[in-house]
Amino acid sequence: MKNFQYLLAAWIAVWVVFFFYQVSLSRRFSQLFDEVKRLKERLKDSTPD
Amino acid sequence: MNRRVASSLIVAGLMCIAGYAALFIAPDERTMHDAQRIFYFHVSSWVAMFVAFFVSVFGCFAYLTTRSQRYDWIGVAGAEVGLVCCTIGLITGPLWGKPAWGIWWTWDPRLTTTFVLWLLYLAYLLLRSMVEETEKRARISAVFGIFAFLDVPLVYVSNRFGRTQHPAPVFFGGPNAGVDPTMGKVLLLCLAAVVGVMTVLLLDRYRLERLRYEVGLLTSVIESRDLDKQSRTARERV
Repeated sequence: MKNFQYLLAAWIAVWVVFFFYQVSLSRRFSQLFDEVKRLKERLKDSTPD
Repeated sequence: MNRRVASSLIVAGLMCIAGYAALFIAPDERTMHDAQRIFYFHVSSWVAMFVAFFVSVFGCFAYLTTRSQRYDWIGVAGAEVGLVCCTIGLITGPLWGKPAWGIWWTWDPRLTTTFVLWLLYLAYLLLRSMVEETEKRARISAVFGIFAFLDVPLVYVSNRFGRTQHPAPVFFGGPNAGVDPTMGKVLLLCLAAVVGVMTVLLLDRYRLERLRYEVGLLTSVIESRDLDKQSRTARERV
């Protein structure tokens, strides 16, 4: 097990970068879904009488 | 279970299998020992990065030719996911360089051109975030995306001509290039896993950009309807 600490650090880095990017994508998706919900409500309000 | 979750689970499983193979099946390298196992994910992340940047530049060219928004979405998806893979390569590289060379970083042609590439695509994303108008943003970022891609061939050839601190390429690197057959098989598995993750992320990023565009369209439709309604009400009062 020589130089194992470097391997472990690299291994963690790969997972952490992919994980945080996936989290960032999910956050942006949920913000847009909230926006869609808000727009739907606004559309209901602005429907011609 | 929807298709997005299923594909994410498949590539996460593939990553676990690839990790197991890199740790326990690949043979030990005599001088670097465990640090050499970084190679399997370091090389794979570069391959995934090249694929993503090729997708991005295709989107940039196609947008400038057709002016279809979907190519702008392809361009930004490729650029952002390519930047993620480039970041992984730039983190794992020094972690391998320290035990192999005794230093974390050196400004040799391969490392320098790669760092410049990372900065260029970061600038591409910053540039996009600064332009509000959809058409203008797509046009400017397509032009900048092509400019940024010019560094990709430089990265590829940087350790093929002349001596560099970075090792010579293992594949397509001449008569002395190549790896042990087991190492080669494990590398192929890791390549499949990382390119699989990159593909899933790229498709997600494309969907996100499409949704953002649709939300923008819907907002402008609602705003124009509200304006119409207000002007109609004002006219009725008069």
